[in-house]
Amino acid sequence: MTQIVASKVQKVFRTAGLEVVALKDIDLAIGKGEFVCLLGPSGCGKSTLLNAIAGFSLPTGGTITVDGRPVAAPGPDRGMVFQEYALFPWMTVAQNIAFGLEVQKMPKAEIAARVDQLLGMLNLKDFRDRFPKDLSGGMRQRVAIARILALDSPIMLMDEPFGALDALTRRNLQDELLRIWSATGKTIIFVTHSIEESIYLADRIVVMTYRPGTIKRDQRVALARPRDPAAAEFNELKRELSRLVMAEQQRHAAEEMGMYPP
Amino acid sequence: MTRRLKGLLHGALVPLVVLAVWEACSRAGFVSAIVLPAPTAVAAKWWQSLLPAQAYDAATQSRLAWLLSGELIQDAASSLYRVVVGFLVGGGLALPLGLAMGAKPRVYDLCNPLVQVLRPIPPIAYIPLAILWFGLGNPPAVFLIAIGAFFPVLMNTIAGVRNVDGIYLRAAKNLGVGEWTLFVRVILPAATPYILAGVRIGIGTAFIVVIVSEMIAVNDGLGFRILEAREFMWSDKIIAGMFTIGLLGLALDTGVSRLNNHLLRWHRGLEH
Ligand SMILES: Nc1ncnc2c1ncn2[C@@H]1O[C@H](COP(=O)(O)OP(=O)(O)OP(=O)(O)O)[C@@H](O)[C@H]1O
Ligand SMILES: [Mg+2]
Repeated sequence: MTQIVASKVQKVFRTAGLEVVALKDIDLAIGKGEFVCLLGPSGCGKSTLLNAIAGFSLPTGGTITVDGRPVAAPGPDRGMVFQEYALFPWMTVAQNIAFGLEVQKMPKAEIAARVDQLLGMLNLKDFRDRFPKDLSGGMRQRVAIARILALDSPIMLMDEPFGALDALTRRNLQDELLRIWSATGKTIIFVTHSIEESIYLADRIVVMTYRPGTIKRDQRVALARPRDPAAAEFNELKRELSRLVMAEQQRHAAEEMGMYPP
Repeated sequence: MTRRLKGLLHGALVPLVVLAVWEACSRAGFVSAIVLPAPTAVAAKWWQSLLPAQAYDAATQSRLAWLLSGELIQDAASSLYRVVVGFLVGGGLALPLGLAMGAKPRVYDLCNPLVQVLRPIPPIAYIPLAILWFGLGNPPAVFLIAIGAFFPVLMNTIAGVRNVDGIYLRAAKNLGVGEWTLFVRVILPAATPYILAGVRIGIGTAFIVVIVSEMIAVNDGLGFRILEAREFMWSDKIIAGMFTIGLLGLALDTGVSRLNNHLLRWHRGLEH
């Protein structure tokens, strides 16, 4: 059953007379419970697309619907992990995680239990009463993830959520996310720069092009989980996607050179 | 420990030299004691006005009341009282107005022209009106102090609310917060650094205004006391009073700065 539909989505930014076509003719249908990764060079419009689905910055053309209704405003049904974390610096780690639940008027005891469980899951127990300024980048990222997991939204939009983590923590959280996903049947749109991460996680990998941001390839990943990054099929797919992303990056670099001759 | 001692000595060096030169000039008779009394004379006067004037009488007062009955302490307390009340009135009106003006463009457009015209008028210029409207005593003083405290708090509150980083608003809306929660739990705390900076400036202004206002409308307080001393050309008392104003201001600012550090303990700018 399709849940999120983007059709002919276009986003044009106009600033100081300059026009940037961040997204052009994006057609995408995402089924309920699907795990989709967005892959593409920096600046290709991944965050822009996520922001449009979340309802923060509506497209300048085309439509996006979620569960059949056009997206008009942000809401807790589409929990977002921001690329900039966006933790509230005046709240402690525990308060940051609890805030969304307080807004939903969940009973206090239940909130406390949920927060405890998430702190444990994300290895943040020792930091529950610290303020974000005292945390490392990776810890902040984990708090941002915990905040959205607490919300328990049916759709999770994650903008490079594991970008600042070390390899081991990253793998642990990837596995944890996969576990939550398969247990709850959430729909996940996950932005990443890492080809390996996208193959490890996704049902589908959407490769985007740079300026204008369009969809270059919509790749199904049929490998059985848990996936083994050392397996032959894994690496074959990785090579192919690398070629695709590399070509896109080269085209973009060549264009830049052409635009600004030496 | 020794380093702290060294630092203390270092900081005391310049004041001590100034005091020594001053004392020497006075003793040598370069300047008359009326124009510039010796620092020892000022200190003696200061100590004398700090102590209770009457002998202790267990029948009519408690020991604490007696200890605090010195003229200087009474004056400092009166001045402090006016600063606090005036600031609470001025800041208390400025905060909600500033929040509304910062958050609602309609309110801002409505109020801003009047604010911009009134803001440059120094509180001192309100003195005639203050006396006309409120007569003598504490009310006109409180009125003037409130005006002095009002504008710094107002301007900073508006700026604080307007400068809240959009990413916090997005994050909050993503969590599904309503307008009121957004305001109380996100916009207000995000604006606190600005608001507290305004509070600090406002208290500074209130402190300047209290001294001036005490020179016109009341008969106690530090401002009144130094003006009274001038009539009798008691320069030692004038300087002792000025010195007390400095000390009280320092104490007040230290207190506010402590409060600042506590309320903003989450703030990156205060990282040690
Ligand atoms: N508010 C904005 N105003 C003007 N241009 C913008 C704005 N936001 C994004 N852009 C432009 O849109 C394009 C896409 O930006 P976006 O942030 O979506 O990229 P991204 O794919 O998320 O990149 P990264 O991987 O580096 O996060 C960029 O060229 C960027 O300059
Ligand atoms: Mg991005």
